[in-house]
Amino acid sequence: MTLSTYFMEATYLIASILFVFALKGMSHPESARRGMFLAEGGMLAAIIGTLIGTHIVTWTWIIAGLSIGSIIGAWMAIWVPMTAMPQRTALSHAFGALAAALVGVGEFAVKAGEMPGVTRGALGFEVMLGALTTTGSLIAAGKLQGVIQGKPVQFKGQNVVNLLVFLAMATCFVIFLAHPEASAIFYTLLTLAFIFGVMLVIPIGSADMPVVMSLLNSYAGLAAAATGFVLGNNVLIIAGTLDGFSGFILSVLMCKAMNRSITNVLFGGFGAVIAEASVSVGGVMREINLDDAAMQLAFASRVIFVPGYGLATAQAQHAVRELAELLENRGVTVKYAIHPVAGRMPGHMNVLLAEANVPYSSLYEMEQINPEFPTTDVAVVIGANDVVNPDARDNPKSLIAGMPILEVDRARSVIVLKRGQGRGFSGLENPLFFKPCTSMLYGDAKSTLTHLAQAVQHV
Amino acid sequence: MNPAVLIASVYVFALAAFLGYQVISRVPPLLHTPLMSATNAISGISLIGSLVLAGARGYPLFAHILGFVAVTTATINVVGGFGITDRMLRMFGSRKTAAKPSGTEAAK
Repeated sequence: MTLSTYFMEATYLIASILFVFALKGMSHPESARRGMFLAEGGMLAAIIGTLIGTHIVTWTWIIAGLSIGSIIGAWMAIWVPMTAMPQRTALSHAFGALAAALVGVGEFAVKAGEMPGVTRGALGFEVMLGALTTTGSLIAAGKLQGVIQGKPVQFKGQNVVNLLVFLAMATCFVIFLAHPEASAIFYTLLTLAFIFGVMLVIPIGSADMPVVMSLLNSYAGLAAAATGFVLGNNVLIIAGTLDGFSGFILSVLMCKAMNRSITNVLFGGFGAVIAEASVSVGGVMREINLDDAAMQLAFASRVIFVPGYGLATAQAQHAVRELAELLENRGVTVKYAIHPVAGRMPGHMNVLLAEANVPYSSLYEMEQINPEFPTTDVAVVIGANDVVNPDARDNPKSLIAGMPILEVDRARSVIVLKRGQGRGFSGLENPLFFKPCTSMLYGDAKSTLTHLAQAVQHV
Repeated sequence: MNPAVLIASVYVFALAAFLGYQVISRVPPLLHTPLMSATNAISGISLIGSLVLAGARGYPLFAHILGFVAVTTATINVVGGFGITDRMLRMFGSRKTAAKPSGTEAAK
């Protein structure tokens, strides 16, 4: 080993340690930012180490790639609005996975003949995971952006077709292990993985996106870890594994928050089943006008806001903070209740409210806030539906039975901000809307909240 | 890859998985979105594999071009990922005292 190789390996070790410290910093909002600086330093060190330690002969492609990537990356970092965070994250899963898949293809093209069996196995995994994550994430991003319809796309025998594609992929993988020089098989494997990624995500509805995002996060990490096995590079294994496990833990948490299994999310086609199965509850929904709602809020002593995906689509995060501050100035105690799967990705609501300068000390998790609803005067539900559906708790026949919910129906009164009278995206009837303590306030969340704030000022 | 290296790699993988589990299960739900974008940026470390492909000795032009695309996408991931994570974490840093004055103004 030459001196520059030792230097490179040292930067890799430093990078690995810094990455772990960075994630450790994530355990608290105060230390998180400092942690990320460490990770950035680690990344920079690893890049410099690689450029010095390997025999680079052509700089053109490297400089071109680094510059174009930095420009696009910086543009995304600065200009993407917080409401578009789920799409952006899905896109970057696609980019990361594509890089891993391409490195795999390159390694195959150059070194296929001399690779031992184990390395080929890792290469197969790298290319499969990388390719299916790329197309899967692109579909997810398309659904989140609204380019592809968010409803589950399903057809008869879908699971059979998916299974066949998967089996074909697995067969190609096994043949590839036995015949490393058969490039036709390798490229078939790659193509099948691209197709499988599409098949995997297309039947999944928007409401299940938090789980899908976490899973894709996990796959992208594992693809990077597999790259590490192929190249014999430990920092890749460590960083990839950290990412893979982070995604895995998040998917488990998201599934728990919906009381469903991962297989059910992937192969259940949630939204489509419900539309047929749900029955009308009946009863009347009581409407309330702006002034009465403002009066109710202004004279309450404890108010809890419950945001959902509707808050994000209406971009109403600033409006809700303004209303909350007016109420606080009147002496009302205001809290926010955040359900783990509210929104389209883990932590989506927290980020939106943080953007609007809501201090994180007023954001409460489900377990913390649920005991407080009975002593709450008004619970304001903003564009949330399934996460406050009392059927999940009371009706064992409901399709979301057993899903933990925010128990807003235990509050003294509930105001539901909703775009229209229709059912939510899941198509599930929500008995909360028919309860005597509930009143409905229809309209766009942002303008409703702004008008509410004005009305509160005049009380 | 000879067996000794493989075994060492499996050790690294297993220990990293364990460490990851320990560290990440302490991250509060509050920070789950920044966590996802941060781990995503960190896994952009596959950039170093792409760099080798794009420019190292012994690779044909075809591999260089694949490497170029990989370097581009991985860099987008690293720069965009860290950039946006920092943007989010800056928002979480804003204290209650900082948010208060604007509220009193609005009340007037």
